[in-house]
Amino acid sequence: MIAHTGLVFGRWMRASYRQPALIAFTLVQPAIWLLLFGQLFQGVVRLPGFGDSSYIAFLTPGIVMMTALMTSGWSGTSFVQDMERGVMDRMLASPVSRGGLMAGQLLSNATTTLIQTILVFAIGIAAGARYDGGIFGYLVTIVASMLVGTAFGSLSNAVALLTRQQEALIGISQFVSLPLTFMSSIMIDPTVAPHWVNVAARFNPVDWATIAARQSLAAAPDWSSVSRHCLYLLAFTLIVGWLSTRAFRTYQRSV
Amino acid sequence: MATYAVEAVDLVKTYPAGRKNPPLRALDGLTVSVGEGVVLGLLGPNGAGKSTTVKILTTLSRADSGSALVAGYDVNRSPDRVRRSIGYVPQKSSSDPMATGLENLVLSGRIFGLSRQESLQRARELLDRFGLTEHGDRPVKTYSGGMQRKLDVALGLVHRPKVLFLDEPTTGLDPEARADLWNEVVRLSGQEGLTVLLTTHYLEEADRLAGQLAIVDHGRIVAEGTPEALKASLRGDSVHVELVDPDTDGTVRALLGQLPGIGEIVVEGNTLRARVDRGATAVPAVLGALEDKAIPVVAVTVSRPSLDDVYLQHTGRSFRVAEEAA
Ligand SMILES: Nc1ncnc2c1ncn2[C@@H]1O[C@H](COP(=O)(O)OP(=O)(O)O)[C@@H](O)[C@H]1O
Ligand SMILES: [Mg+2]
Repeated sequence: MIAHTGLVFGRWMRASYRQPALIAFTLVQPAIWLLLFGQLFQGVVRLPGFGDSSYIAFLTPGIVMMTALMTSGWSGTSFVQDMERGVMDRMLASPVSRGGLMAGQLLSNATTTLIQTILVFAIGIAAGARYDGGIFGYLVTIVASMLVGTAFGSLSNAVALLTRQQEALIGISQFVSLPLTFMSSIMIDPTVAPHWVNVAARFNPVDWATIAARQSLAAAPDWSSVSRHCLYLLAFTLIVGWLSTRAFRTYQRSV
Repeated sequence: MATYAVEAVDLVKTYPAGRKNPPLRALDGLTVSVGEGVVLGLLGPNGAGKSTTVKILTTLSRADSGSALVAGYDVNRSPDRVRRSIGYVPQKSSSDPMATGLENLVLSGRIFGLSRQESLQRARELLDRFGLTEHGDRPVKTYSGGMQRKLDVALGLVHRPKVLFLDEPTTGLDPEARADLWNEVVRLSGQEGLTVLLTTHYLEEADRLAGQLAIVDHGRIVAEGTPEALKASLRGDSVHVELVDPDTDGTVRALLGQLPGIGEIVVEGNTLRARVDRGATAVPAVLGALEDKAIPVVAVTVSRPSLDDVYLQHTGRSFRVAEEAA
């Protein structure tokens, strides 16, 4: 499986660097979000307890997770393209490891997330965000964002295998990712959000990642909260990863 | 032990057809076997169940019931062994358009466990064999249809399979590219005892490539044998009558049906086709009868039975009609 993961990963990485327009888009989009939302809410939201910190510092880790989520929603389109051609069928009639087929693609997706995360931070910092948490805080944020990318990338791949249609995939992924973005602390602090949003956020993996990232970047992180949320996120990722690998069987039953 | 490279018995496959409709029976007890080193053509119109058969034999899909051995292994019990023994060229093009021809081949080789070196060497060899060497470093999306199809076949051969499945290898190609690929398949089949199961809805292709034919209709095999044996099993000749006006009310059909030595008659628009015992005596009789009734005729021709006649004999429909209905 590991060898096959590497091979499949290589294939998708080659495919993505041959699409410079797509790379540009995946990088420009989070930059726009960060600057747009940063401008939009900066003056409007007076955050209690945010005395010396800026809104952009609050927003940046949130945008990192939002970007990981939104970009990964598209992950399954590469599977749809493989199914529209005979590539998927040829692969599945070969001894390729199903786990490797899934993991290799997710790894290339996570690499995109990694690059986006670094870019969003670079822009955030250029726009004035400062963090006291040090290198470990950045590492936790990067890992959490890659887990969000992998979890939602594998959900997207599973939906692709089940629906086999680009339109259905994009529809479902938007239907899921918008509520996940807004029912979280990505843009607004839980203390100013309505109670029900906070309740919903407790079950939102994107919010787990956002909390873990903010905590670990803070001056005095609550490590028990960071590790608890990271653990939830890891468990969620493993479960959906396993489920989505099962989706190959469902696909094979329907062809 | 295994003198058959493929042995499928009583395959049944149904697909759900929406909530209200009964499930669609794509395969309805299909039984077929392919001897080692043989090129078997699975011939039938669109929707007959050819691709479904191939998908089950390549372990991509699973039959509802029935059994199949490929290269001596059971497709349900040892799918991984089957997968290592076969090459599968799906009906749709199966190369990655973003990758180059060489990359496609190397990746496929490595998935089958070849080392990077072996894979690269094998890929170059295949590019050369299919006349793609100078295009090896270009992305596949820049290839013509014929080049893509050649690469598809090459992808099925990287790991030197024992059995090669070709699902409609030449559909959609121009005549020149088709002839090219035909030559390649003929060359292949002569080598290394490779067994080939190819599906086609071109009679000409089946006649040209396949040493053995199996005619599929509605998910079953309706006739089997060498193309020659199948044709020889039809007695007599085939007469085609082309009329000026279509035989809408069936008078011509009734008229010819009364003549001695005339078998089944099939009407398709302006043409009638009949099986006759002897062409030499049937033609004057047919012409005479038509002239008596002053029915204008464009042409009457006699021919030896073709695969189309074999098809007609076993399915009750001419191939062209079956194609149009599908
Ligand atoms: N994945 C599928 N889902 C539903 N029906 C299918 C599927 N694949 C094939 N069929 C149906 O099964 C029948 C046989 O199809 P197929 O094996 O593709 O025919 P052929 O390859 O001979 O043209 C057709 O009626 C087709 O519509
Ligand atoms: Mg088909």
